[in-house]
Amino acid sequence: MTMIFGIPVQAFMGQLLVGLINGSFYAMLSLGLAIIFGMLRIINFAHGAQYMLGAFVGYLLLTHFGIGYWPALILAPLIVGITGMIIERLALSRLYDLDHLYGLLFTFGLALVIEGVFRYYYGVSGQAYTPPPALTGAVNLGFMFLPVYRGWAVIASLVVCLGTWLLIEKTKLGSYLRAATENPTLVQAFGVNVPLLLTLTYGIGAALAGLAGIMAAPVYQVSPLMGSNLIIIVFAVVVVGGMGSILGAIVTGYLLGLAEGLTKVFYPEASNIVIFVIMAIVLLVRPAGLFGKDA
Amino acid sequence: MSEPLLSLSDLHAWYGESHVLHGVDLDVFPGETVTLLGRNGVGKTTTLRAIMGIIRRRTGRITFGGKDLMRLPLHRTAHQGIGFVPEERGIFATLSVEENLLLPPVVSKEGGMGLEEIFDLFPNLKERRNSSGTKLSGGEQQMLAIARMLRTGVRLLLLDEPTEGLAPVIVQRIGEVLRELKKRGMTVLLVEQNFHFARRIADRFYLMENGRVTASFPVSELDRRREALHETLGV
Repeated sequence: MTMIFGIPVQAFMGQLLVGLINGSFYAMLSLGLAIIFGMLRIINFAHGAQYMLGAFVGYLLLTHFGIGYWPALILAPLIVGITGMIIERLALSRLYDLDHLYGLLFTFGLALVIEGVFRYYYGVSGQAYTPPPALTGAVNLGFMFLPVYRGWAVIASLVVCLGTWLLIEKTKLGSYLRAATENPTLVQAFGVNVPLLLTLTYGIGAALAGLAGIMAAPVYQVSPLMGSNLIIIVFAVVVVGGMGSILGAIVTGYLLGLAEGLTKVFYPEASNIVIFVIMAIVLLVRPAGLFGKDA
Repeated sequence: MSEPLLSLSDLHAWYGESHVLHGVDLDVFPGETVTLLGRNGVGKTTTLRAIMGIIRRRTGRITFGGKDLMRLPLHRTAHQGIGFVPEERGIFATLSVEENLLLPPVVSKEGGMGLEEIFDLFPNLKERRNSSGTKLSGGEQQMLAIARMLRTGVRLLLLDEPTEGLAPVIVQRIGEVLRELKKRGMTVLLVEQNFHFARRIADRFYLMENGRVTASFPVSELDRRREALHETLGV
């Protein structure tokens, strides 16, 4: 049997794939968090709940309406995004002039309420969500078997991250977003409807979380707690990447996922804490994060 | 004389609790270049920011082309046809020169100058269109701050100390640009400490002291008032 660093190649590649899968979800989630933080200066603690909501919307669409994975891939982010925009209009927009702590507390409270409601109705055990037939099974890559759905999830997340990055870096809307992140008052004085832009941004961020949720549904189980388990790691990713850095969030998401996977191969006992160790080191050496600008 | 394009009457404004403008009255007529003179801290910048609506705590009347500006949300003011060039220039670091130039939405039906026309007026910007906005020199940043307002088709430019900290040759260039704009019928309200710059482009002056307008005179009276002005402005 082929070995890499004294580890069977199958096990090595397997863990690397698990790391890449986890990294895909870290990247999509931290991307949304970074966009929201950049524009709204709000640390969106409801992000995990919105991710869970995306998975549950998919699950409920399937069980109650027989609507399958492909339509849900559009509908779940749309529903979570619109819900997010309503929340921004009704509540978050009233908090911008206050200390950032209020935004954090509000979204934290909101996350507890959403998760509480789902826990009440669905308990803490996970519900299985079967991927569509086209995405089941595995392909033999020669050195390992790759479950089709996992391959799809990695590629889809790469496309989503790249698309979002292009939207922000290369489009007119993106130039409004970047400018408003720097100086919202001046952008508004130029005649751009910045309040609407903020609503849209929160909607996009929430929709990204919802999309990650529905994509995660077949990989992990659909459970009310799936978001709160993940969100702490995602916050660590955002801190390592640099608060508000879009590219930093994406790259760090994949890197930390891979780091976690590799740790599982070489020193499994540390795999649960490796991300936080990296975070601590980065904070000590480069407090603004790997891609953050020193402010 | 025709109706004023911009008219302020009894304008008061506050930064938080501090009362900065104590009843400003001034008119700017179409095609005029009007300069606000005054020492630091008398409320010149605040006047411009209150006209734009960046300062929300304000009372009195501001009309532009006969329309009441006081009720408009901040992002509607520019669409009446007013362009703001702030003192700190407000060039965005995360945007390229071209993106900075294209950022402000076009606010008039006819639109303003085309990109080519603007690049003719500011050739430096064309050469550096792909670099980051804040990689430009101070003078180029000021040109960019003015240029991006010309694309939008505004009728009134609010310019806050456009020559501050710039080399004489750049100041001269900005003067040329403003005279060219005047020829095309642009109305300008200028805040300026640089006396010699202002006298070459302004039609009229307002002198501000302690949040009020205390004198108003045409450029022809400038020399007669020179001594008194030097006294008041401390130059």
